[in-house]
Amino acid sequence: MDALRGDSAPLLDVRNLVTQFVTDEGPVRVVNDVSFQINEGETLGLVGESGCGKSVTALSIMGLVPTPPGEIVSGEIYFQGQDLLRISGEDLRGIRGSQIAMVFQEPMTSLNPVLTIERQLAEPLRMHLGMTRGVAKSRACELLEMVGIPDPEDRLKDYPHRMSGGQRQRIMIAMALSCNPKLLIADEPTTALDVTIQAQVLELMMTLSKEFGTALLIITHNLGVVARFADRVNVMYSGKIREMGPADDIFDSPSHPYTIGLLNAIPRFDQGDRARLQMIKGEIPDPAHRPSGCSFNPRCPWAVDKCSVSEPSLAAVGPDHTSACWEAATVSKAQLPVAP
Amino acid sequence: MRENKIKSDATEGAAKTPPLMDIRNLKVYFPIKSGVLLGRTVGHIKAVDDVSLHINPGETLGLVGESGSGKTTLGRAALRLIEPTDGQVIFDGQELRDLSSQEMRQRRRELGFVFQDPYGSLNPRMTAGNMIGEPLKIHKLHSGKEDRRRQVGDLLETVGLSRSMADRYPHEFSGGQRQRIGVARALAAKPRFLVLDEPVSALDVSIQAQLINLLQDLQEEFNLTYLLIAHDLSVVRHISDRIAVMYLGKLVELSDYKALYDNPLHPYTQALLSAVPLPDRALERSRERIVLKGDIPSPRNPPTGCVFHTRCPIATDECRMTIPTMKEHAPNHYAACIKL
Ligand SMILES: Nc1ncnc2c1ncn2[C@@H]1O[C@H](COP(=O)(O)OP(=O)(O)OP(=O)(O)O)[C@@H](O)[C@H]1O
Ligand SMILES: Nc1ncnc2c1ncn2[C@@H]1O[C@H](COP(=O)(O)OP(=O)(O)O)[C@@H](O)[C@H]1O
Ligand code: SF4
Ligand code: SF4
Ligand SMILES: [Mg+2]
Ligand SMILES: [Mg+2]
Repeated sequence: MDALRGDSAPLLDVRNLVTQFVTDEGPVRVVNDVSFQINEGETLGLVGESGCGKSVTALSIMGLVPTPPGEIVSGEIYFQGQDLLRISGEDLRGIRGSQIAMVFQEPMTSLNPVLTIERQLAEPLRMHLGMTRGVAKSRACELLEMVGIPDPEDRLKDYPHRMSGGQRQRIMIAMALSCNPKLLIADEPTTALDVTIQAQVLELMMTLSKEFGTALLIITHNLGVVARFADRVNVMYSGKIREMGPADDIFDSPSHPYTIGLLNAIPRFDQGDRARLQMIKGEIPDPAHRPSGCSFNPRCPWAVDKCSVSEPSLAAVGPDHTSACWEAATVSKAQLPVAP
Repeated sequence: MRENKIKSDATEGAAKTPPLMDIRNLKVYFPIKSGVLLGRTVGHIKAVDDVSLHINPGETLGLVGESGSGKTTLGRAALRLIEPTDGQVIFDGQELRDLSSQEMRQRRRELGFVFQDPYGSLNPRMTAGNMIGEPLKIHKLHSGKEDRRRQVGDLLETVGLSRSMADRYPHEFSGGQRQRIGVARALAAKPRFLVLDEPVSALDVSIQAQLINLLQDLQEEFNLTYLLIAHDLSVVRHISDRIAVMYLGKLVELSDYKALYDNPLHPYTQALLSAVPLPDRALERSRERIVLKGDIPSPRNPPTGCVFHTRCPIATDECRMTIPTMKEHAPNHYAACIKL
């Protein structure tokens, strides 16, 4: 199914990942059969609205799903040919932080408030790269400088709460890139920041990952961010990837009703007239009570009878472009069906 | 280039239709306390610093700025939910600050506020019905329990919820539904003027569009006047007639919505527009990106001269000395920058 493109294997290959949480209502599959790949050096955007399973996908890759209540039920996660779900905890810890790094949404929760910036930056350098204290310190200083923190020498002695949100997130990026990882997972890295600071932090992250040759999995609810930075895009809804393809195709010829709905719902200031926003009717389903068949069916303007009975899987709609929709062939951005 | 200040524009407007809300030279300063018992005032945060603007009946004024720029404070002062330090707030020809608390209570019915955070703004121990019905009680706008229940039911339907939801508690609602409850509550006393403080910022894209459309419908149906607060320029364009941009307590630009996007004058507005990534690949490739350096300065210690000079791409020495004032550079298009 997931034929490898070109002659090189993908850097990360997630296959049929199922992750569940045990809730009052029993086990709920919040990531429900997700497969995708990331190639070396590329930027993959994972987009979807809140609760669709983006963060749990990232945590599954990192081996950080809180257990209990969470549990990876099945699937494989190959990283450079090794299945991360079947290696020892020690090996996984070795990979995490050095080969795969992660930047979280809220930098305050991932920086330790009682340790100085120096401790937090230098520690992984000493642990993963075996640097001496002195070397690690001057590298930490360089890293702060690289992410544009003024007076890096002084700031090394500071604690995180003395920094602004943007500075903390830039430090997280410095930490994440410090061991030169092959893959950086950034989970809504700028959602908590102001708009001009968001632009600044994203730009920095992109420039540095290009420079370091790091592949990037950028998780966001913002399709604009994906349009600006991603090479390929996965669109996720209620635990499943619904559309997948090169970014140009996803934006120019979206082939899943949910992708189209999202694109139409975004208020845009670059378009001449202020047409009324096209909304997606209804609510995002609770994963414990997903509608049967295609779980988007109660909100979908294209839905046909089959949709509430039978669940579609990803199928090709173009080269390297797939959509999980029974009506994929008729669905297009240009022609919305008439509302019933 | 005309050199009149914004204030005279408000007076000009008064010759035609008087503005419904007329804010003149408004200042809201918060004391910075120091000392063991925080008894000593060591300075002031100028949350709103000499802002003048007016809002015409039936109009929507969009107010945009990053966090700490003073948007919420301006909105609260406009409704006299906090006392201004200086300046005038004239609602429907009447200076609110001159009113006795008795008179203010009567006026209050005409002024509504929808809060920034749909999660924190509702009382978790009150049913939706009681919350929506509270303003009816306060302003004695119902004739008995039955009538109140009927009115609450009507309000729920007005905002797209069902009557039966009156008995539910906030935790039983999604974020979008909670924000609708906030809107229903604000509408209960049949206000004429509403401050909408980032009503959709916390919501998912598909739910955002629903709420924006709802706000538009309500405005038309009830002939409402809006002050719509947002932290970026994407949402406001859809429903604003004019847009004001704030930075660190100061108004930096104000114009007709179209001119602000087609021909932004102030360097900050230009950066703010550029910072929003658009869901369009071709555009994102060709757009010029202005990435501001540095952080938003602390409002406790704002820069001298033009408050934007620490981040402005075209700042010169002069900007550190001169405080720019709002000037009219094209008909009804004002900006505060000495380089214009
Ligand atoms: N009650 C208060 N006491 C002291 N300072 C305050 C108070 N309310 C607001 N401020 C300060 O005034 C400034 C403006 O705050 P305000 O809440 O109006 O900003 P805002 O533009 O609404 O920001 P956001 O986008 O974060 O909501 C900030 O520096 C804030 O810390
Ligand atoms: N620790 C947890 N315990 C129980 N449920 C969880 C936990 N973390 C996430 N979930 C649930 O998993 C689903 C997907 O969450 P998440 O991956 O965080 O979504 P998002 O796409 O917003 O990142 C949601 O329904 C969420 O409530
Ligand atoms: S499968 Fe049916 S319900 Fe699902 S997205 Fe396609 S048309 Fe809509
Ligand atoms: S006055 Fe100077 S610093 Fe301020 S916006 Fe204009 S050019 Fe920039
Ligand atoms: Mg998340
Ligand atoms: Mg605010």
